[in-house]
Amino acid sequence: MASHSESIIREPLITGKDITYAKITNDVLFPVENKPNMAWWVGFTLASLGAALWVFSISWTFWFGVGEWGLNKTVGWAWDITGFVWWVGIGHAGTLISAVLLIFRQNWRNSINRSAEAMTIFAVICAATYIFGHMGRPWLAYWTLPLPNQYGSLWVNWNSALMMDVFAISTYFSVSLIFWYTGLLPDIASIRDRATGLRRRIYSVLSFGWTGSVKTWQRFETVSLILAGISTPLVLSVHTIVSFDFATSLEPGWHTTIFPPYFVAGAIFSGFAMVQTLLLIARKVLGLENYITMFHIESMNKIILLTGSIVGVAYITEFFIAWYSGVEYEQYAFINRATGPYWWAYWSMMTCNVITPQLFWFKKIRINIPFAWVLSIIVNIGMWFERFVIIVTSLHRDYIPSSWVMFYPTWTDVGIFVGSIGLFFTMFLLFIRVLPSVAMAEVKLLVKTSSEQAKKKLIDEGHLDPTHVDDYTTALEKYDSVDLTQYQKA
Amino acid sequence: MHGIENLQKNSIPIYDVYTPMPIHGIEAKLGVKESRLGYAAFCFGCLGGSVIFSILYYTLVHDWPMNVGGKPHFAMPNFVPFTFEWTILFAAFGMVFTFYAATHLFPGRAPRVMDLRATDDRFVIAIDAKGNVPHDDITRLLQEAGAVEVKHNERKYVSYE
Repeated sequence: MASHSESIIREPLITGKDITYAKITNDVLFPVENKPNMAWWVGFTLASLGAALWVFSISWTFWFGVGEWGLNKTVGWAWDITGFVWWVGIGHAGTLISAVLLIFRQNWRNSINRSAEAMTIFAVICAATYIFGHMGRPWLAYWTLPLPNQYGSLWVNWNSALMMDVFAISTYFSVSLIFWYTGLLPDIASIRDRATGLRRRIYSVLSFGWTGSVKTWQRFETVSLILAGISTPLVLSVHTIVSFDFATSLEPGWHTTIFPPYFVAGAIFSGFAMVQTLLLIARKVLGLENYITMFHIESMNKIILLTGSIVGVAYITEFFIAWYSGVEYEQYAFINRATGPYWWAYWSMMTCNVITPQLFWFKKIRINIPFAWVLSIIVNIGMWFERFVIIVTSLHRDYIPSSWVMFYPTWTDVGIFVGSIGLFFTMFLLFIRVLPSVAMAEVKLLVKTSSEQAKKKLIDEGHLDPTHVDDYTTALEKYDSVDLTQYQKA
Repeated sequence: MHGIENLQKNSIPIYDVYTPMPIHGIEAKLGVKESRLGYAAFCFGCLGGSVIFSILYYTLVHDWPMNVGGKPHFAMPNFVPFTFEWTILFAAFGMVFTFYAATHLFPGRAPRVMDLRATDDRFVIAIDAKGNVPHDDITRLLQEAGAVEVKHNERKYVSYE
């Protein structure tokens, strides 16, 4: 065991009394080993109704074609690509938490990385459905692969950013999946060793025969670190390439060099908002308040504040550069965004992404759970509007005023979008029933150093700078899972 | 930790140690060599980059060169995203599958577990009892180091077969 103790100034990452290794296993596996409660069933019913709507709408699209959508000659991309970019962006937070925070040795990632990575995978699945959906003839999706064919061979268009997207998204999805699954192996083994009968057999196969021997653990940690190292540039490249879909075109409003960093910041922003939306509920329903603490919530809110501000600066820069470029088409595209017929979409985006997240400057709001939850939903809405604004308002008024139109979604558009949210939540709710939603082995690592009880012991032993202890106990006041009475006498 | 030291002082060979989470420093004590998976990842990454670069070169320059506004066929900047993605893809999958192969992990493998609680909250030091110093000595050594229990398993593993 690591014998050194962590500085008392650092806030605890695990709260509660009598946290033992066994208690962590019991707490985390509770939802996996017991029958679901009412809240789960209500959520699951709603989510699967949404998923059913998705199946219906997407089947309708496949059967009758994309003509069923509200697209027209001028607006050729609308809710489909909006939804795609929205979901891919949401996916980014999972990899950021699991990879970037691992490289920076941010131990607070240990209790949220598992569910955030699961969220990444489900979000990318949702994004991929839009890609297949908007192809029109999805059964020819394999034409995006460079396969030899009877036409020459006529190869895929390597010069297209859409082709880069195929490579980026598929790499991103498969690497995230393998990263997530490798991390799951020790925890699946824990379930296996506690289960009986058929469950044991299933988890035994899934655990790949994990035993937890020293050599395996050591290799496991090497693998995690290297995967984190290569996933970090990967995740940055993915949204960069998504932004190329627009930036490499000659469309006013799309053809800007600021897009890659601006998209990446936006992706992290929306991803953390979605993590917050999910985890604030999950920690309550699953009773994980001791592992996903107020420190985690506040840290994520700080990241939302930072990335939201970056996005805000990007919006303003974009506007400035449009004016500064002196290109009248570019200038018109931006003035039209803010004051044209889609002014409401633009200002919804501005309000939700730039103005309201600034409330997180106030600590009271950062640590207020209902408030943080509502704000995270607002960010999700704002980020959807951002993509809608970029895509539809840039397209709907092209160079010939006679072809200027508005975009009106049909029920199929709405059905696919609402349905994809249902699909996402269905997958997420199933995930928390069958797999541990917190990386148990990684949380167990923190018990001896970063838990509240370990720090309490240090305080009780004395030898600490009283001002530091004071700072520490003051910091504990924000936690909703800490019993403050035991610190009164100190 | 003390148990391992005690055993090693008395030159009792340790078969293996099983823990519910990684314990840093233990691998050095047991003489587990540093992992070479990083080299594997590097090699697989190079392979992936070369493969996709060759495909790009073959299709765009050799097999069907296209005249796009008189620009060069061998337009390297376009190759960058593809080469990068496949470098990562091959490095990740190559390394993880090497890891699975080297530590004998694959779906359906019967887990060779010494004690079912080793994935929950117990730390197991396994010692091959055959042809070893008197069992009582080992038991005593382990108990001195604070062992919760010392078990003598007839079979090697609590196997799932």
